[in-house]
Amino acid sequence: MNLAPEHTAKSVVLLTVNGEARKVSVHPMARLLDVLRHELGLTGTKEGCGEGECGSCSVLMDGMLVNSCLIPAAQASGASIITIEGISAHPLLPRLQHAFLECGGAQCGICTPGMILAAAHLLEKIPAPTLDEIREGLAGNLCRCTGYMQIFEAVAQAAQDRVSR
Amino acid sequence: MTESHIVGTSVPRKEGRDKVTGAARYVDDMVLPGMLFGATVRSTIARGKIKKITYHPAIPWNEFVHVTARDIPGKNCIALILDDQPCLAAEIVNHPEEPILLLAHADRHALHKAVEAISVEYAPLPAVHSLEQSEKQSTIIWGADNTFKTFLVEKGDVDSVWREAAHIIEGEYFTGAQEQLYIENNGVIAAYDEGTGVTVWGSLQCPYYVHKALMVLCGLPEDKVRVVQMETGGAFGGKEEYPSMIAGHAALLAIKSGRPVKIVYDRMEDMAATTKRHPSRTRHRTAVDKDGKILGGEIEFTIDGGAYATLSSVVLSRGTIHAGGPYYWPSVRIRTKAVATNTPPHGAFRGFGAPQSLFAIERHMDRIAKVVDLDPVEIRRRNFLQPGQSTTTQQVIRENIDLHHLLDRAVKLSDYRGKKKRFALENQSGTQKRGIGIAAFLHGAGFTGSGERYLNSLVGVEAAADGTVRVLVSSAEFGQGTNTVLCQIAAETLGLSYDCVTIAQPDTTVVPNSGPTVASRTAMIVGKIVQSAALGIRQTLVKSGVLGDRYTPDQFRDACRKYLAAHGPLKSLSRYEAPPSVYWDDEKYRGEAYAAFAWAVYVSEVTVDLTTYSVTVDDFVALQEIGKVLHPVLAAGQITGGVAQGIGFALYEKVVWQDGRMLNNQLTNYIMPTAADLPPIRVFFEENGNDHGAYGAKGIGELPMDGPAPAILNAVEDALGVSLNSIPLLSEDLFDALHGKSEANSVLSSTPGSQ
Repeated sequence: MNLAPEHTAKSVVLLTVNGEARKVSVHPMARLLDVLRHELGLTGTKEGCGEGECGSCSVLMDGMLVNSCLIPAAQASGASIITIEGISAHPLLPRLQHAFLECGGAQCGICTPGMILAAAHLLEKIPAPTLDEIREGLAGNLCRCTGYMQIFEAVAQAAQDRVSR
Repeated sequence: MTESHIVGTSVPRKEGRDKVTGAARYVDDMVLPGMLFGATVRSTIARGKIKKITYHPAIPWNEFVHVTARDIPGKNCIALILDDQPCLAAEIVNHPEEPILLLAHADRHALHKAVEAISVEYAPLPAVHSLEQSEKQSTIIWGADNTFKTFLVEKGDVDSVWREAAHIIEGEYFTGAQEQLYIENNGVIAAYDEGTGVTVWGSLQCPYYVHKALMVLCGLPEDKVRVVQMETGGAFGGKEEYPSMIAGHAALLAIKSGRPVKIVYDRMEDMAATTKRHPSRTRHRTAVDKDGKILGGEIEFTIDGGAYATLSSVVLSRGTIHAGGPYYWPSVRIRTKAVATNTPPHGAFRGFGAPQSLFAIERHMDRIAKVVDLDPVEIRRRNFLQPGQSTTTQQVIRENIDLHHLLDRAVKLSDYRGKKKRFALENQSGTQKRGIGIAAFLHGAGFTGSGERYLNSLVGVEAAADGTVRVLVSSAEFGQGTNTVLCQIAAETLGLSYDCVTIAQPDTTVVPNSGPTVASRTAMIVGKIVQSAALGIRQTLVKSGVLGDRYTPDQFRDACRKYLAAHGPLKSLSRYEAPPSVYWDDEKYRGEAYAAFAWAVYVSEVTVDLTTYSVTVDDFVALQEIGKVLHPVLAAGQITGGVAQGIGFALYEKVVWQDGRMLNNQLTNYIMPTAADLPPIRVFFEENGNDHGAYGAKGIGELPMDGPAPAILNAVEDALGVSLNSIPLLSEDLFDALHGKSEANSVLSSTPGSQ
């Protein structure tokens, strides 16, 4: 057991969050999740398990879907991050948010931000996914409330809206 | 008054926009100035005396707030039913993870190290780790006999039925512990001020349970404790009683330090330390005639309550009352008990005892069918309760329920007959065996027996000068739709638009005690009181002459403005009114157990892969009669969510115990169903209405948890011809069962003998 007091210097991380350049000074072992929630006050990103299993902390990092609880802050240096708050930075988010609301895709809401980002990532790759592709695309995000059916509907509806535009 | 159609339509979820945009505020999103973080030092053994606590000298302990049982200003207990559970263990620990002392510090990282730097030395005592060991009573760990509660239900003369029986069928059924697995872990913030007392903001279901527990723990009067429910990220019963514990801990740290203290568990702590579904064992011995009609039976139902009484007596009660399923028993004797083991206390989880005892009866019905040589549909048809007949507690069914129709419809919707035939043919070759199974069940809504009368819930509705109306209840929203449905009811009652009605954040200084948010009681029972309180607003306005009998929303607004100007605030309070002529005998456990039951028939289709030993659910039909569907999207969401949890209960979710401690307290090795695992869950409703619920509603929250597990295991038996009677049934369990390594899931028991 290492009980020595820590004198580790904080390190500066520069990153772009929802289109805005941000500079934070954090403990080197801080996670991207902590940067977003504690340093930047973007509490829409949630922590569910802290080990990359539940997907509640999902964000987009340079267009990739990541679990922000598994990303050391230093690794996010220079990256462009999109969170649930980044409505204006990501055109798919408002459409998905509307569809989740309408179809019952959000119940308790704790998995919802991560789920919506996973769905946005899916629709970027596959604009009109099949049901199996939706299932596959969201398999890294746990929801305990809905049984997923209404989430599938919401994603299908958002895709439909997008294609029909 | 306008013709409104708000009830029965899928209006937007009240707090939905905040949830989809990430703006909704959960407790961990809240930060108070000067706030500290709290942590809990817990028992590492199952049972023993605390001998010595050592603090490693490398930690600057003077920087930490430190609380032990000695710091508790009031009574060292979590006040609930028996008050036997301490808030902090003082001399003896009775289960692993039992809280012993508390620390707080401004830096979370420092806190974590400090917890690791405390070591507790114990003098171990003998511990009990299974229901079977507990009932042997060779080691007494609780009370005089390890027994928290027993019930006996007797109807008719069951002792006389055995000699006339054509068949006597016995069976034994087991269910395991299950983690609620809300995605938001338990968490609270507490603050203390000498003038105002303790305030707690938390993720919780029952603000007034926490309020009561804090009064007792902190020795404070009613008006010096305030509990506020934050947005709550799932609960499922898991935030019914445990929040009183974590709130107590944060409050003690706040009182000692004078600063706000946040305690939010991480996943591992939450899974290891908080409540789970009670493991159970049910034994059936049933007498049937040559046509498969039940003559009578004996049912023994036993649940493992863990180390303290908590809610086990109530869970046992619901399990007891549901043990007979939706069938007519001319005679029956049901003996049930909740026993103590040295594990963290088991607690509330959606269904609350009913999924356990219904699993047993629904597996047992298939066993009876096999012996009598009837198919699973026909055995149920012949034994269904019908209006005018009475349940095991001798409650006469007055509802106009037609279970035969429900069964026929479910059989048709699932193509049960066609598939059964086809699978039997296809299963003759190959390693993929398919099967289809049925479960029929019921779920009583609201508190059991005289429970609602004791609760005596109070609801408020208030109107503002701008004609908007606010619902005041302690009933919490945690995903199931409380906010939306109660606003719909108030809007419909007052003839207002849905947007004109809001609901107060549950805060014990603002809302009256409408009871706990449990037992599928919110829409049906609290909803009915909301309806009555809303009517009170209208009556007050009409009586005072500012509103006519028929009115437009504009006229309602004018009336509110005039009334408030002349008389001040306009608030209407209503109390629960018990249905007339309801009889319940707590001693004999006899009478009207519930004001209404929801009824259901579920059909599950499975594939069993004999290479991987995995069971996959391919299709799921969930048909239920729930009185009135108040909100189609929310109602369907309750059913699909419950079915998914039921599938987890049956096939995925296994708590691995070692000496009373959960070993797999992580999402990497406690597996719940993902988006890729679930079948299409097809939801269908019947609506027969209900005089005792708002606009005919019945409770539905827990119902869908009851049916999936037996329907799935019945389908597995259909696929393999092997009777498996213990859940969860993971691949390794199926492997063991098919290779004779499991006692509970013994293949030998697949051919039930008749005596």
